[in-house]
Amino acid sequence: MTDLVTLHIAEAADLLNKKEISAVELTNAHLAEMEKGRILNAYITETPERALADAEASDKRRAAGSALGVLDGIPIANKDLYCTAGVRTTAASKMLANFVPPYESTVTQKLKDAGTVMLGKVNTDQFAMGGSTMTSYFGVTKNPWTDEQGAYSLVPGGSSGGSAAAVAAGLCMGATGSDTGGSIRQPASFCGVTGIKPTYGRCSRYGIVAFASSLDQAGPMARSVKDCALLLGAMAGADKWDSTVAELPVPDFAAALTGDIRGKKIGIPKEYRPAGLNEQVAKVWDKGIQLLRDAGAEIVDISLPHTKYALPVYYIIACAEASSNLSRYDGVRYTERVPGATLDEMYENTRTDGFGSEVIRRILLGTFVLSAGFYDAYYIRAQRVRRLIYDDFQKAFETVDAILAPAAPTPALSYEAMKRMSPVDTYLGDVFTTPSSLAGAPALSLPVGLSDTGLPIGLQIIGKHFDESTVLQIGDVLEKAAGFDLTPRRVKG
Amino acid sequence: MSFNEQTIKTVANLARLRFPKEDEAKFMADIDSILDWVEQLKEVDVTGVEPLVSVSPRETAIRADEVRDGNIQAELMANAPESVQGFYVVPRMVE
Repeated sequence: MTDLVTLHIAEAADLLNKKEISAVELTNAHLAEMEKGRILNAYITETPERALADAEASDKRRAAGSALGVLDGIPIANKDLYCTAGVRTTAASKMLANFVPPYESTVTQKLKDAGTVMLGKVNTDQFAMGGSTMTSYFGVTKNPWTDEQGAYSLVPGGSSGGSAAAVAAGLCMGATGSDTGGSIRQPASFCGVTGIKPTYGRCSRYGIVAFASSLDQAGPMARSVKDCALLLGAMAGADKWDSTVAELPVPDFAAALTGDIRGKKIGIPKEYRPAGLNEQVAKVWDKGIQLLRDAGAEIVDISLPHTKYALPVYYIIACAEASSNLSRYDGVRYTERVPGATLDEMYENTRTDGFGSEVIRRILLGTFVLSAGFYDAYYIRAQRVRRLIYDDFQKAFETVDAILAPAAPTPALSYEAMKRMSPVDTYLGDVFTTPSSLAGAPALSLPVGLSDTGLPIGLQIIGKHFDESTVLQIGDVLEKAAGFDLTPRRVKG
Repeated sequence: MSFNEQTIKTVANLARLRFPKEDEAKFMADIDSILDWVEQLKEVDVTGVEPLVSVSPRETAIRADEVRDGNIQAELMANAPESVQGFYVVPRMVE
């Protein structure tokens, strides 16, 4: 019998269409795997009743000949940053631990309209701030890839670490993630799955708990480039509730996967190979370059001269925007309140208690860089350097079709190693992902090789604005050439 | 560095946060080291460079201000920590 929890979405869709399996069977297989996989702590909230109701409705549609498309009946998980009507949405925080949104985010609504089955809400770093899920109020998620001793001692990355771990372990077929400075691409690399941060303005941010509004972008995570293409097609598109979304037609992303990238120019940015780059990562990057060359692409050395400034620019801008966005949590409207004698005391007590220390650190930094006397020196200067970073990419894309770079500076790290790191040390994990976030360019992360200790290492394909099609097309070729079909050892029940 | 005890008090007050002394010292040290690290931006020549505020291809759009739903007061108020007859309740502000 087919192992339903290892199928790709495209394969399952085929079996559903041929009526060899039902959406209810597919959903039940995943619900059973989720139960076995609880040791990973990938889900904050499981929604089995909702999932079975969705699946039954899907089977009825298909029986009546009115299936909604390729995703009808596909079980997915949503990052717990997406508001889901009537289903608790916590942003992995104490502040929103009991928050039940009365409305649905645009992206999850679109996925619902495409017939997908929601299995539950997956873990993230608190308010999407972090790269490990260690800042979650609901505990860390464990990377399903084990260390050399076979122990679950590694972080899944973050912030979309719950999404990445659930996809890798077969606890869902695909998941929504969100990416502000690498939150889809880095966990995808750590967990050996595929994820794309689309162009800023491709997907609506309406109903996604806001972190840094000029950077936040929704995107899919799955076990193949094609599956990401299918999910992205359903998630993208103009929305009257988010005026930053482009009013552009959504291409058929899956149709772009032609398998032929002959003549494509792929840029290799020299600034992404600093002295001391992790050898394992460098090796996989070199392998990726060779595979694309073998596939007929033209490899071009390029320079993105302001790369080294991306991290500090990112942390200033993201924290500034976060300090403003998170001011709404005031103890009046969002369930959590710690009493105080005056209104200000109530605000202070609620916010100090409801936010974790990483969130507080970022609010403090953001408030500081926006405060009188420091605004120009920090915030405005960061926005000026952001333009230089943006211009670097624009210039590079005059000569290349896409850029190939590592997704993360290391394979998955252990909890113990991360606990010993200073805030700045942990921020360095975003070194390869923040530049394209600041530029708003689309970037795909896919697993291409393994480290010496058997951990997945991903590469990133960065493309021109609104040219996800080329990014996915190149990614699909690289995926097939790399032949990375490894999955972590299945969780024992 | 400029992030001293006075600065963290001012910033915490602006952000409506308040911590015990030991947390204050920890956050102060963390932010101080982050600010040291971002100092490197001072070496970039930004003369004549316009700040980049948004990478969205769209101008901010204005939509019609129209009623699209209604009669959902109970659902909206369900998330209020304290409410009375459809109003949010906060500590007394005026004697």
